[in-house]
Amino acid sequence: MRKENLGEVLRKNAVTIMFVLLCIGGMAVSGQTPAYVVYELFGRLSRNAFLVLALIIPIVAGMGINFAVTIGAMAAQIAALWVVEWGVSGLGGFCLAALLTIPLASFFGFLIGKLLNKMKGQEMIGGMILGYFANGLYQLLFLFIFGNLIPLKTPGLVIKGSTGVANTIDLSTERGFKYALDGLWRIPFVQALLIVCGVVAVIVIALMATKKLSAKKGGITLAVFAALCLLVQIPAVAQIFSMVQVPMVTFMVIAALCLFNMGIMKTRLGQQFRAVGQNRTVANAAGIDVDRVRVIAIMISTVLAGWGQLIFVQNMGSFQTYGAHEQVGLYAGAAILVGGASIKRATNRQALLGCILFHLLFIVAPSAGKNLFGDAAIGEYFRVFVSYGVIAMALVMHAWSGVSRKKRPESALKA
Amino acid sequence: MAAEYVLEMRDITKKYGENTVLSGVSLKVRPGEIHALLGENGAGKSTLMNVLFGMPVIHATGGFGGEVLLDGKPTHIASPHDAMLKGIGMVHQEFMLLPGFSITENIKLNREITHPNLVSRVLGKNLETLDMTAMSEDARKALDSVGMSIDEYTMVAGLPVGYMQFVEIAREIDKTGIKLMVFDEPTAVLTESEAAQLIKVMKKIAAKGIAIIFITHRLDEVMSAANAITILRDGKLAATREIKDTSIVELAELMIGRKGEGVVNVAPRVAPHERVALRLKDLVVEMPGEEVRGISLDAYEGEILGIGGLAGQGKIGIPNGVMSLYPTEGSVELFGEELKLGNAGDALRSGIAMVSEDRKGVGLLLDQSIEDNIVFNAMQIKGEYLHKLGPFTLRNSAAIRKEAEEMIRELDIRCFGPTQHAGTLSGGNQQKVCIARALAMNPRFLFVSEPTRGIDIGAKRLVLETLVKLNREQGMTVVMVSSELQELRSICDRIAIVSEGKLVDILSPDASDADFGLAMSGIKPDEHRTKGGSAQ
Repeated sequence: MRKENLGEVLRKNAVTIMFVLLCIGGMAVSGQTPAYVVYELFGRLSRNAFLVLALIIPIVAGMGINFAVTIGAMAAQIAALWVVEWGVSGLGGFCLAALLTIPLASFFGFLIGKLLNKMKGQEMIGGMILGYFANGLYQLLFLFIFGNLIPLKTPGLVIKGSTGVANTIDLSTERGFKYALDGLWRIPFVQALLIVCGVVAVIVIALMATKKLSAKKGGITLAVFAALCLLVQIPAVAQIFSMVQVPMVTFMVIAALCLFNMGIMKTRLGQQFRAVGQNRTVANAAGIDVDRVRVIAIMISTVLAGWGQLIFVQNMGSFQTYGAHEQVGLYAGAAILVGGASIKRATNRQALLGCILFHLLFIVAPSAGKNLFGDAAIGEYFRVFVSYGVIAMALVMHAWSGVSRKKRPESALKA
Repeated sequence: MAAEYVLEMRDITKKYGENTVLSGVSLKVRPGEIHALLGENGAGKSTLMNVLFGMPVIHATGGFGGEVLLDGKPTHIASPHDAMLKGIGMVHQEFMLLPGFSITENIKLNREITHPNLVSRVLGKNLETLDMTAMSEDARKALDSVGMSIDEYTMVAGLPVGYMQFVEIAREIDKTGIKLMVFDEPTAVLTESEAAQLIKVMKKIAAKGIAIIFITHRLDEVMSAANAITILRDGKLAATREIKDTSIVELAELMIGRKGEGVVNVAPRVAPHERVALRLKDLVVEMPGEEVRGISLDAYEGEILGIGGLAGQGKIGIPNGVMSLYPTEGSVELFGEELKLGNAGDALRSGIAMVSEDRKGVGLLLDQSIEDNIVFNAMQIKGEYLHKLGPFTLRNSAAIRKEAEEMIRELDIRCFGPTQHAGTLSGGNQQKVCIARALAMNPRFLFVSEPTRGIDIGAKRLVLETLVKLNREQGMTVVMVSSELQELRSICDRIAIVSEGKLVDILSPDASDADFGLAMSGIKPDEHRTKGGSAQ
């Protein structure tokens, strides 16, 4: 490995570093207690991390940020509506909605993939516009077809004297599936940490025993986790995490997706994603069906996004029928970029780090805005501005690195 | 019993629309033989290989005539993938490698060794886990067989080009059942020692019984590597030779061949060589696919200088570099004055005009009228054909019309009138509009790049005669770049031959075919003779 100089490291991680500084500044100004910030953060992480992780496969397959995840979210909301209508509540309802999402989202994903194959190189703008277009169809479905052509019987889903599905779908009634996943197993943070450490320790020791992990690396991992366990025993540290109730099952699902993302890259299909992402011509010459691989990548991503949206709404307890999906692609995309991913490379770690930083800013921005400018709305405004700004910056930086790569010394042409 | 030939292509004919690119070409390759395939650009080498690999472009344009036999059996090759399964491999000129993959991953791309896991038993083979250990063992074997000691886990990004070439070869060797490998210009990017190593490896592969088709323009490499040679010319089979029966000079001659009479007849004269009009020193042009790697060349005032060579060797890069259309280094002197590089406007203002080889892309505004096209540069660069009204300018329509009509008459542009859109003209007439536009700048020096590309023979003659007339009557210095050697020979005073981005030699138009052939393959004819070869 070539040793990179400091400037290069700074330039490559400019977005992440900027965000860390913004978050520190925001926290200082906001005046919120660390305990509150951490509490909010865990809530937001459990809601959003899955959606952000759903973006990784299309990035690896060279299709950029899949802004069409919005459509996956729509599929999930269609599924959620019908589950509420049928009155299947709790975990059963959630699982049924997840199951229903699979055919819906894979079908939409198939269509999206087919279309994006016709516009190679413009997938991101294509996905975004497709999201707006699909929103129109979604409105037609919810305003006219559901409730009118296909009657809905559940009270509250349709407003009397009006047409179409109600503005808000409430999942906290006895028909809904609020906290279906979160509520299964919730424990205080310190306990959760101990359990995680225990599991990690068992895995690491097992790996070391079978010689799949070097003793040195395993030892370091064990030491770090032991130190963490000791750290939270300090009252001051424990105080920070005192409000946090960790929804264990939700985080287990998120961990499972991380493992899935890693695992699939070790398969033949994963190798095809990576090959297609690097160079379509080469992949094609090796006999890979490039278009098919790209469609599969988008289909997986769309289904995962649908599940992510379900996790989101079960935590919120209700969703805006006509608006809940709109910003999904934008926020998830911004989050993964904040974590240091580019539109060409992304890892689980970047997705999670980005999710933490992005939502940290979301938490502190309103009260920071209020303290600085006397108005919380300015903080709100700021965080929307920041999410667009991050995407724009990531795109510009991608273009820059492309230019600097092309600029090899001309004299190299002289033999 | 094994057939005598591993590959036999019989009587291959291919038309693109009305245009016949291959007619009755045959190629026979024995097992374990290195068979060189020679020919100028457009001779049909790549079309023949496209047929062999079943490329979609062939099937999409109506297929081909003739027969392909593998091991003596007639075969239909449906796609490149099909060709791969039938044991035909290709080592590409442009590397088909993924920089972000290790050497092993590249060698095994889409032929990964996998073992089943829980998920794949349910969802199919595509989700089987990769077996990296087995893959790298295979890669190691393949790398050893091409004599590469490099670690198989190394990333391809950052490898020297020479190494990449060998990785490509290792990948083909690793394919089971490979019987025929095509090397497309494999030595073009290699250093001399790497090229020598490559030829050694090719011989080693051939010794295992794998046949090799070796496409190159370097005749000396053909002589040292090949067993047999097939030469194509103008889509026809020019000759097939065994290496022991031929010589480098004969090959050069066969490759060029006389293509009938000169296109136009020009009275012979003593070429002017008193004053240097354009002096290039160490010109380096980064034009993708036409790189110039350090050329020094003088063009004398009043002469027609031709620049020839095979496509992709850099001849087109020269005018594009001088006009600063691509990143350029080195120095250019025009009539003794240093020309600043980096801005096409400066080049135009200094009195050079260029007729681009890319007529429809760079040369013309297709949706504009002929008259607008003719005066466009003069108006934009020199501010001519304009009324000045304080800070504003207005087109001087009367002057534009007058100039356009004059040009149309003089160059015999066949059109309905000066307001016809350039896009609706035929190729030859579009070319004349391009020349008219260059002339409207009143240039001191004219670059013409591939002026006869894609136009019919009558129009060709007119374009060439126009150039001669400009030169003889107005004393304009013309530098013409062309792939058509015959054209260069018919109107040029001297012809510079460029190969691999460098100047090989400057030949007289009367030099022999063999000399031109040698020069185009990068061998200076004089040096070849002094080394003991004979010219005829």
